[in-house]
Amino acid sequence: MLDFLREFCAFIFERKKFWLLPVIILLMVFGSLIVLTQGTAIAPFIYTIF
Amino acid sequence: MKKVRILGISAYFHDSAVTLIENGEIIYASQEERFSRIKHDSNFPKQALKNLLEFNNLRLNQIDYIIFFEKPFLKFERLVETYLAFAPKGFKQFLFSMPIWLKQKLFMKKEIIDELKKFEPKFEKKKLFFSEHHLSHAASAFYPSPFKKALIFTADGVGEWATTTVGIGSQNNINILKEINFPSSLGLLYSAFTYYIGFKVNSGEYKLMGLAPYGKPKYANLIKSKLLDLKDDGSFRLNQDYFDYSTGFKMTNEKFSNLFRNPPRKPESSFKKIHMDIAASIQDVMESIVLKILESLKKEYSIENLCLAGGVALNCVVNGLIQKKKIFKNVWIQPAAGDAGGSLGAALALWYMHLKKKRIINNKDSMKGAFIGPSFSNEDIKKSLDTLMVKYIKLEKQKLIKFVAKKISKGKIVGWFQNRMEFGPRALGARSIIADPRDKSMQKKLNLKIKFRESFRPFAPSVLQDQSNKWFNLDCNSPYMLIVSDLKKDKLITIKKTKKTLSSINEIRSKVPSITHVNNSARVQTVNKSTNPLYYDLIKEFFKITKTPLLINTSFNIRGEPIVCTPEDAYRCFMGTNLDILVLENFIIEKNSQQNKIKINYKNKFSLD
Repeated sequence: MLDFLREFCAFIFERKKFWLLPVIILLMVFGSLIVLTQGTAIAPFIYTIF
Repeated sequence: MKKVRILGISAYFHDSAVTLIENGEIIYASQEERFSRIKHDSNFPKQALKNLLEFNNLRLNQIDYIIFFEKPFLKFERLVETYLAFAPKGFKQFLFSMPIWLKQKLFMKKEIIDELKKFEPKFEKKKLFFSEHHLSHAASAFYPSPFKKALIFTADGVGEWATTTVGIGSQNNINILKEINFPSSLGLLYSAFTYYIGFKVNSGEYKLMGLAPYGKPKYANLIKSKLLDLKDDGSFRLNQDYFDYSTGFKMTNEKFSNLFRNPPRKPESSFKKIHMDIAASIQDVMESIVLKILESLKKEYSIENLCLAGGVALNCVVNGLIQKKKIFKNVWIQPAAGDAGGSLGAALALWYMHLKKKRIINNKDSMKGAFIGPSFSNEDIKKSLDTLMVKYIKLEKQKLIKFVAKKISKGKIVGWFQNRMEFGPRALGARSIIADPRDKSMQKKLNLKIKFRESFRPFAPSVLQDQSNKWFNLDCNSPYMLIVSDLKKDKLITIKKTKKTLSSINEIRSKVPSITHVNNSARVQTVNKSTNPLYYDLIKEFFKITKTPLLINTSFNIRGEPIVCTPEDAYRCFMGTNLDILVLENFIIEKNSQQNKIKINYKNKFSLD
């Protein structure tokens, strides 16, 4: 996890998108809740853009 | 000199694959779907990697560098920014995609390392590199090409941010000069129509292309004026008011349906004229955008060579037009132009751009005819056949060719399994179903009784390279079946002009009706002796018997099934379909000498594509 955080911070610095940091932290907290509460399935009607 | 080995990996999106290069030479490449039997398998390519190591007698620790074909953080950045830009719309998609990212994709590096550690517990993570999605495509198009310098055009659905890029390749370097970013995308535009016409996205695009000649491009202007902002240099923006893919779970929305005054066609329902006209229209728009971009680039850079990759480069009709219009003197298209080819491009990019190795240009074919996948010896095959209690005969290759060519000329349909498997979506004579193109009922028979697929879909010919210009208006080679060309006038048969319907394909419009589409075109594969000698000799023998130097060549699979990989896959497909003869290297298996009880229900084994 530490490796990941180090690399992710390096990425944010490289891209100079510091404004993304608080948004991403919020998203990750919020997203973690989703992970804990449900699974997922991708509908076959869309090009998987993600 | 020590061999430097690089392993390229593409995975977790669609069409997972592995590629091995040694000192810049392409040694091996294969797709996970061929082993897992899951079409477009996106899982980590563990079975393909296992085969790669076994085939080349290697352990993972003998590989010096490993490179993944795209950058997950950059993709995550795009997702977050897209959700923010569209918020509060897109919340549902966010709810779906975030778990995938937070569970797996954001920690891709760890995921890949964990998978690699299953092959080599002491795997050193410093060996792992990441390329960019479109750089991988560009590298897969430029480095194997025979050009010192070339303009590189890549276009697909989406990578990280880029959906379309233009670069210049010179010697061992590639510079990406321009890009169009998500959500504007040629690939997504075509996929949106694929969805609307009732085909499966990222799989049915070929069908849309095949359906287009049945219609008229009545809606091309409507598409250009409402869905696109198209500039003079070919750059474009998609009007997101009509699309749902950025925020929803469909490709198009209600406004899109209202524009064409019809709801999306339900999969497997019947086709109306409007569906054919819309297919013709989007194909026409696609052609005009790509040609506009390329004409503008030619003017701007005055480079005479062009390299193409990305899923859009699999649109053979567009490729045929690029060739025909002679915008560039020479064109080279990566046969594995989709994401599987990203593994190959990433490996080559690392060798040339990161390690800065000198590029030695191979004027013959660095891709080795795309025959760079797994193979099976006669011993392997005999063992499999004996285990399956199959009745067979074994012939030496020259006798085998005579036997098979004669059978084909008498109307038999043959499953042809020889040497190393092709890399990329096309079967090129290693894992192919081959038949007589002169037979007027063959197209219908192959579609409905062998491939179990839609009756309107055309078949492609393999033609002797030295004969191709006598049969097709083609002034270049097309070894990878990536170019559509018209048949020569003297090969056509004049028919009464009637309204085009889906049954028009059954009209006899040429001397080779089974490979002639309704607009008298065909997706040609030119076969040369040096790349595929056995297949060349087979077509030559058929030529001797019939005076026709071409065969129908379609991939050895049924609808929804990945192309057969092993002798067992081939045998199962043979027994589950109406194929007459199976040829596995030197072994010949005839259907009528097999026991009926082995016959299996094959048609429903694979989900429809």
